[in-house]
Amino acid sequence: MTQSKRADDAAAQAPDARHPRIDPATVVGWGVDADPDNDPTWPMRDRSKDDGPGMAWTPPAAQVADVEVLQSVEHLRRPAVVGQSTPPSGLSGLIRRKAFGFSESQWGHWLMLMLADRVNTVEGVLDDVVRGRPPNLLVEMGVVKRSRSKEAAVATAAVLGLGVALVVLARRRRG
Amino acid sequence: MLAMDYRGPRRVRIENKPMPTLQHPRDAIVRVTRSCICGSDLHLYHGMVPDTRVGMTFGHEFCGVVEEVGPGVENLKAGDHVLVPFNIACGQCHFCKQGLFGNCHESNAQATAVGGIFGYSHTAGGYDGGQAEYVRVPYADFGPTIIPDWMDPDDAVLLTDVVPTGYQAAEMGGIQEGDTVVVFGAGPIGLLAARCAWLFGAGRVIVVDHHEYRLDFARTYCPAEVYDFREIGDPVVFLKKITDIGADVCIDAVGADASGNAWHTIFGKKLKLEAGNAVPLHWAINSVKKGGVVSIVGVYGPTGNMVPIGNVVNKGITIRANQASVKRLLPRLIEHVREGRIDPKAIIPPCAAGGRGGGLPPVLVQA
Repeated sequence: MTQSKRADDAAAQAPDARHPRIDPATVVGWGVDADPDNDPTWPMRDRSKDDGPGMAWTPPAAQVADVEVLQSVEHLRRPAVVGQSTPPSGLSGLIRRKAFGFSESQWGHWLMLMLADRVNTVEGVLDDVVRGRPPNLLVEMGVVKRSRSKEAAVATAAVLGLGVALVVLARRRRG
Repeated sequence: MLAMDYRGPRRVRIENKPMPTLQHPRDAIVRVTRSCICGSDLHLYHGMVPDTRVGMTFGHEFCGVVEEVGPGVENLKAGDHVLVPFNIACGQCHFCKQGLFGNCHESNAQATAVGGIFGYSHTAGGYDGGQAEYVRVPYADFGPTIIPDWMDPDDAVLLTDVVPTGYQAAEMGGIQEGDTVVVFGAGPIGLLAARCAWLFGAGRVIVVDHHEYRLDFARTYCPAEVYDFREIGDPVVFLKKITDIGADVCIDAVGADASGNAWHTIFGKKLKLEAGNAVPLHWAINSVKKGGVVSIVGVYGPTGNMVPIGNVVNKGITIRANQASVKRLLPRLIEHVREGRIDPKAIIPPCAAGGRGGGLPPVLVQA
């Protein structure tokens, strides 16, 4: 049976007892915000509040950022406040800086940022390992409950260790 | 302080992080007392939003207590209980003057297409979010709203995003008395959009999803006529048949993580060659009647999506879309909550609310 035929059959029975139509008269607050003028609706340009073309408003005081903040080439100037979470770093940072050479209209901009995100994930794992705290992947991915995090860490380490051992063994055999 | 820490797609953990500090005269530091995981956080969690960096803290739906304010903040003081809109808005740029607080031009260096949003990647400004014990709140003299004494904090936290986004979805539909409204998605936003469609005078409200428990809840909460898209064949044909001519207004309340079409799933969610799965938008465009309105609040990435734009032209459809302008809507929504027209906390499932009555349990616990 085609999807259209299934739709026809379902529509022939709807609404029914399992899919009852709601009587608006029974709905609390029905129509309290009804507004015939809301058509076309928000967002609408309010010309009384327009301050002319361009960036004519008085800007807020500018934040002095103490980390590197990448900026869209489409901005005429840096917005007054910026987020300072996780500044660009490492190889992913290099890719992000390159990406910000392209406008938001270019696919290259977004695809390079997606690539940087994936590289950043690997950097995060390496960073954890370098700090002597290998990531507990099973817990972080929600496969195992946090209450069993120690067992999960041992299992993860065992699997990773086995993987490394197999790679080493295979290379020796090839050699 | 303890905070959620993003480690890559589908990997998060709780980490000890430095306390946030005031970085601008209009900043405040807020101690978080309630924080939600939004459906749109899943887009970040699944690695679908470009420039989501390892080490970032998510969370754009939170309320809490003001701990410290900068010298430029005169309307708040330490100890105030506030709900914090998810938009970071200056209140004085061209867009804020128009009430477009989701489009502020003074809060996002990394992109011009969207204003700053707490904990929502560097594409939305690179601000750490509220899934943490403390959070830096920029433009604190403008965004945060003091929670009325009578308001339940579970209601307050849902006024930071869920309720305004649902309400604005209905508002942007330009619903007129007697209109037929179809809402795609019975998640929190879809539930509120359907509930609010009645406030604007809808004559018929239909909700489409594929999670039975959500549809069951929508049937009584909204209340709405509900359909599981797995049981109705081609949803567009079905909706046209039961409405005779197509809906007056269709609302996309799902966004990039949708289900329902293998093509979009493969290209959008698996290969990431689209900005997510746009099937609800596809259905909305094709289900709405000629000359109707499609309202989009579902979140998509910044690249492109395969949607039938030719049908938008040929049917003369009006498309309305935006991030919710939370601060603009709060006075009216607080009134609706007070008058019992909207019951936000009712959408929190009992399992998340500790059996109800006890409020939300703490989720950040030392590992």
